[in-house]
Amino acid sequence: MTLVPDPSQKHQRREHGLMLALVSPALLVILLLIVLPVGWLAWQSIYHDGFTLENYRRVFTEDIYWRSFALTFEISLGVTVIALLLGYPVAYLANSVPKGWSILILSLVVLPFWTSVLVRAYAWLALLQRTGVINQFLRYLDVISEPLALVHNTFGTVVATVHILLPFMVLPLYATMQKIPGDLMQAGASLGASPSLTFMRVFLPLSLPGVLAGCTMVFVLCLGFYITPELLGGGRTVMVSMLVSRNVELYNQFGAASAVAVVLLLSVLAIFFVVSRFISLDRVLGQK
Amino acid sequence: MTTKRNFALGCALSGALAFGGTAANAADQITFVSQGGAYQQAQTVAILDPSAKKLGITINQDSIPDAWPTIKTQVGSGKPIWDVVDTPTGYCLRGGEQGLIEKLDFSKIPNAAAMPESYRSPYSVSYEFYSSVLAYSQKTFPKDAPNSWVDFWDVKKFPGRRALRNHPIATLEAALMADGVAPDKLYPLDVDRAFKKLEEIKPNITVWWTSGAQSAQLLNDGEVDLEMAWNGRVSAVAKEGAKVAFTYNQGILQSTSLCILKGAPNLDTAVKFLNEAVDPVHQANLPLNIDYGPGNPKAFDTGVIKPERAAQLPSEPANAAKQALMSYTWWSSPAGEAAEKRWASFMQK
Repeated sequence: MTLVPDPSQKHQRREHGLMLALVSPALLVILLLIVLPVGWLAWQSIYHDGFTLENYRRVFTEDIYWRSFALTFEISLGVTVIALLLGYPVAYLANSVPKGWSILILSLVVLPFWTSVLVRAYAWLALLQRTGVINQFLRYLDVISEPLALVHNTFGTVVATVHILLPFMVLPLYATMQKIPGDLMQAGASLGASPSLTFMRVFLPLSLPGVLAGCTMVFVLCLGFYITPELLGGGRTVMVSMLVSRNVELYNQFGAASAVAVVLLLSVLAIFFVVSRFISLDRVLGQK
Repeated sequence: MTTKRNFALGCALSGALAFGGTAANAADQITFVSQGGAYQQAQTVAILDPSAKKLGITINQDSIPDAWPTIKTQVGSGKPIWDVVDTPTGYCLRGGEQGLIEKLDFSKIPNAAAMPESYRSPYSVSYEFYSSVLAYSQKTFPKDAPNSWVDFWDVKKFPGRRALRNHPIATLEAALMADGVAPDKLYPLDVDRAFKKLEEIKPNITVWWTSGAQSAQLLNDGEVDLEMAWNGRVSAVAKEGAKVAFTYNQGILQSTSLCILKGAPNLDTAVKFLNEAVDPVHQANLPLNIDYGPGNPKAFDTGVIKPERAAQLPSEPANAAKQALMSYTWWSSPAGEAAEKRWASFMQK
């Protein structure tokens, strides 16, 4: 006995086939440019004239790797907190002013996006270095007699990184705040709560998914930062991405570099996994 | 014929070779790789174009700041595209040991065979010389300028902000000279002693630079007052009007070398080119176009380089005598590689 296909099922299957045909070029690109290289990378970290876990043993036991990972997480955490403190008021303001103003504020937030990271790093150098704009201005005002060490250290790295990542904080926050109904605030006020109390009890809790989304974005992106610490860190701020490149360029250890990259990738995936338990990942990635 | 600075063409031609080898004059071309920028332009004029013309070959050029990872992947894949690479000598030696670089038959390279033995290795021929020198701001030190690594380490006599390269090569040599080791008694390096001496200066280092451009910028902007830098970078900013200078005294004379990738698609032509590239006359033309010294010291006997120009070059015999000649053999030995790896933990402590 043969099954007679249900016409509607057939239609559905054809539709699926068509969809698959439509997305296949994109899937192919992802496969060729992302999945294969990453797979090759992971393979390199465990295979060198036979299987070996030596690279991972080193990553987890050797001091320099630990220090680099610790520093990277510390900086990422610091950058995230600063970006949140700076970004929340901006998003709040953009959300509470009339449409025209909010467009202006958001454009100012997004504008730096169109400038390359490299250019922005050098711009910070021009501002922060010993003979830079800020030091010269402070000396002109007689506030300081010796130039401050504002760059070629962790401080300079954090300042520039916050600047570069701030939009990734503001935009998800703004998107979330937009969806908080204004009625709720009014309801709170009509029940006699002060503006600060309605903010604390109503607005803030409702904006938390945005906070989580923004913080995840900023934290994860910061983990992989390379150019900024390389140019503004003065050589002492060795973040994990720099460890990867140094392993390849300087120490000629492709396996070790791959192992570091794999551990970094897995940490990012782990963070996404934990975050996804609290909010939908679409929120983090797509700012739905 | 001329050289073609066209990587796409190079790829296409090498591809054609790989898929059947029917390309016309297949044997009469090579792909040459250098580090780009003003340097590659200078060597194109001085060495590559004249060599191509004389040999009747086509030289396809490619450039990359750091060739090592690509050499490794190209040869590792079994189908290298490049033939000849101009790269820091250490990579040629390390590559030779790892089976990535062809062993040279010097009977086919008479120009190189005539060079001093310390200027070549079984895998490479010195191509040009540069020097890691002590550079300083003339604004900070208008007179009594620092003149040795002992001075660089002397933060009392020469107060100021300092920079060193974020790399052990040449830095360990400088540290040992600062500790009193004579330039010709450096090797094998006393690594422990060098790192100990570096610990001493570490708190006074403002920036550990990673690129030549960055080192020039630091000095030019007044971000640092004295630093280790490459002579060509310092003279370039000095030419643009910056009040900076350097000394060859206790400089570390370094070279890039030419080497041929293992299994290079045009091996025979590559060997011919290698011989032509170190021809004394071509070599003498290089310093007329850029502040680097010829790899072949016979270039100074050709009369092409005027005495006053020669005096500015790192490999000019009198200047070379003031400096330490880097031993790439030591750096590619197990002890050298261990010292390189130790650098990372030194930096992060």
